[in-house]
Amino acid sequence: MISRRVDCLGHAAGFGTRAGLAAVLIGVALLLVATRPTTAGAGQGRATVHVAQADPLPAGAPQVQPAAAPQQRAEPHVAAAATLWQRFVRAITLRDYHTRVVLLGTLVLGMTSGVVGTFMLLRKRALIGDVVGHAALPGVCLAFLLQQIWQPGAERSLPALIGGAWLAALAGAGCTVALRRWTRIRDDAAQAVVLSVFFGAGVVLLSIVQRIPTGSAAGLQNWIYGQAGLMLASDVQLITAAAILCLVICGLLFKEFALLAFDEKFAASQGWPVLLLDLLLMGLVVMVAVIGLQAVGLLLVVALLILPPAAARFWTDHLLRMTLLAGAIGGITAFFGVLPSAMLARWATGPSIVLVGGVVFGFSLLFGTQRGLLPRYWLQREVRRKVGRADLLRAMYELIEPGLPDDAPQVTSLAGVPVRRELLVQKRSWKARRVAGLIADAQRRGLIATGPADQVSLTTAGAEEAFRAARQHRLWELFLMQAADVGLTQVDRSADRIEHFLEPDEIDELERRLARQYPELARPEPAMPHSPHALPEKQP
Amino acid sequence: MSEPTRPATGEHSAISPLSIHDLTVAYHRRPVLWDIDYDAPAGKLVAIVGPNGSGKTTLIKACLELVPRASGEVRFFGLPYRQARHRVGYVPQRESVDWEFPINALQVVEMGLYRQIGWFRRVRKQHREQAMEALKRVGMADFATRQISQLSGGQQQRVFLARALVQDADVYLMDEPFVGVDAATERAIVQLLHELRARGKTALVVHHDLQTVPEYFDHVLLLNMRLVAQGPVSEVFTEENLRRTYGGKLALLDRVGQKMVQGGGA
Repeated sequence: MISRRVDCLGHAAGFGTRAGLAAVLIGVALLLVATRPTTAGAGQGRATVHVAQADPLPAGAPQVQPAAAPQQRAEPHVAAAATLWQRFVRAITLRDYHTRVVLLGTLVLGMTSGVVGTFMLLRKRALIGDVVGHAALPGVCLAFLLQQIWQPGAERSLPALIGGAWLAALAGAGCTVALRRWTRIRDDAAQAVVLSVFFGAGVVLLSIVQRIPTGSAAGLQNWIYGQAGLMLASDVQLITAAAILCLVICGLLFKEFALLAFDEKFAASQGWPVLLLDLLLMGLVVMVAVIGLQAVGLLLVVALLILPPAAARFWTDHLLRMTLLAGAIGGITAFFGVLPSAMLARWATGPSIVLVGGVVFGFSLLFGTQRGLLPRYWLQREVRRKVGRADLLRAMYELIEPGLPDDAPQVTSLAGVPVRRELLVQKRSWKARRVAGLIADAQRRGLIATGPADQVSLTTAGAEEAFRAARQHRLWELFLMQAADVGLTQVDRSADRIEHFLEPDEIDELERRLARQYPELARPEPAMPHSPHALPEKQP
Repeated sequence: MSEPTRPATGEHSAISPLSIHDLTVAYHRRPVLWDIDYDAPAGKLVAIVGPNGSGKTTLIKACLELVPRASGEVRFFGLPYRQARHRVGYVPQRESVDWEFPINALQVVEMGLYRQIGWFRRVRKQHREQAMEALKRVGMADFATRQISQLSGGQQQRVFLARALVQDADVYLMDEPFVGVDAATERAIVQLLHELRARGKTALVVHHDLQTVPEYFDHVLLLNMRLVAQGPVSEVFTEENLRRTYGGKLALLDRVGQKMVQGGGA
């Protein structure tokens, strides 16, 4: 069914954008406060301690810490948490500094990827995120190797790695575009080629990295599945800054991206630089994918880009709302996906983020108010019921009509006239069970009363409904015969399908059109036209 | 600039709203339009007619610089398209977009104003009112807030028309606006075309239904990879010309085209 919306949508849109921006700014402020190292937090102004790492539970080697890392590892206040539940409570209340930093960072990351992903999804370039994610790996490894050549034995530097990832991902995206543009290779094939070649190169480089002593300590392999827990506070700050830059660009270019995604040709004809906008959008995707590598991992970063907007689409038909909702879903998904890493050491956060996203998507698929399966099913069921009810009442009317004295029957004379059930069953060659179901439904609604000896009769309300249904059917039949040249033999069946969906103003128009030919319709009270065809006792 | 031989029509002096000179367009080296030479008459409704694959859509896209031109020149009111954009309205084929897009009818029409609104700025009340006005002109005001997938094909087409109207251009290029629309929409479009003509605008419309050409249009452009004939419907829309347009004389062009693909390839 069509939902008519309030007319002030546009105003709401303007307001929404401003509110969204305000929310982002507040988020930034919160994050800056949260990520400022507390005096109790970290020694050298850098929080490095991972909650779970201080735990006695995992047998995992302290693989995160580079040999030369100057930070101290254990924190007294985190070691206290013992049971899983206690750890969960600790994590969700953001009591630990490191948890707070990581969770808020991934929250912003998720929001950004939801927003950027919305445009990507609508631009029908969903898989670019996958290509970009895979293509980043060789960049990460090369950047690390170059850094090791430059300063042997140095600690990994995130800006360098992210820079490398960024360049490689851009190169991957560029290769896809170039392959599509200058060869006859199709989009999907181009993506597959780039994705696999870049990833292959990345894995080769990774095994080289693993062979050098500082390399295995740098934890680059964690970028494949993502380990948000290993992020440093400085990492998170970098990620957050980049994410906010992406959000601001999306906010500024909302209208331009919408036009690009909806109608690229029209945009080009209007003089919008489509290629530039596309590149910019691609740049945003690359940015999100690259800063998401640590938390989500390159294999699954596409999920954080696509699942939130795909889920949001089930709830709304409005672009701005979809974008904001996708941002919210992305944030929540990332937050809850990363949460276990605050409780369990060496937790691969990418898969858990994807699982949370999958659950949200599944829920939206089922219950989404605009396009969800269940609301649609209920709607169809409701329509089927309504149609069945109208058919039943019309059948009642047609069975009662021959026995009525008046030439043009009135509503009031219909109520209370008994009709035998089997006549109803014969009337439309329905199954007896369906008739029983329809009667029970109509009875619940007070339209039909059951009498003795398997008889049913219309109540006053039912009589009105039956009269209306029959009248609607005949008006439509007459119209079809007059205007659409539908043959007399077919008219009953053609009318059957449409009559249930006539709106009151359409019925008025039918009456006006038919009034000249059928003067009995021109009376002040609603009058029943004669059926244009003989009503058969039994349908064939 | 102006050619003295051509009589002035309407308010726009002697300069044709659209003049195409020696236009050739090729896809992957294979020409689909050969040497088109055409001057659109000002203030007229022109039907672009030709069989499938005759390059009708390509002609429009080449004029709007949406496909690269192999050679030739296109001018709107004597200016290259880049400088005359605001005077040109474009109505793409309805099938060219995804109507499941999360947007309503009014917002689609507002897109016609985006260029005017400019980078980074938001759609304001006055723009919304302009868009609403355009929707009214195509009889779609009641559907302004309806999601576009919930509109019928004809209604979608009218939304597209409104998006071009809202620009208040002087020449309109419409790609098959009559395809797959209901009778009410067809009437609305014809009425709209007449209204545009009455205000001195020019419209070039890709049209499929040969029967309605004399009824709806003043001029006709018969196209089949090259320009077969053009001029007032009464003179040009003849059986002979139609036979030449739709008849099988293309084999030669087709063969040469193939050769250019093979021979030209490095």
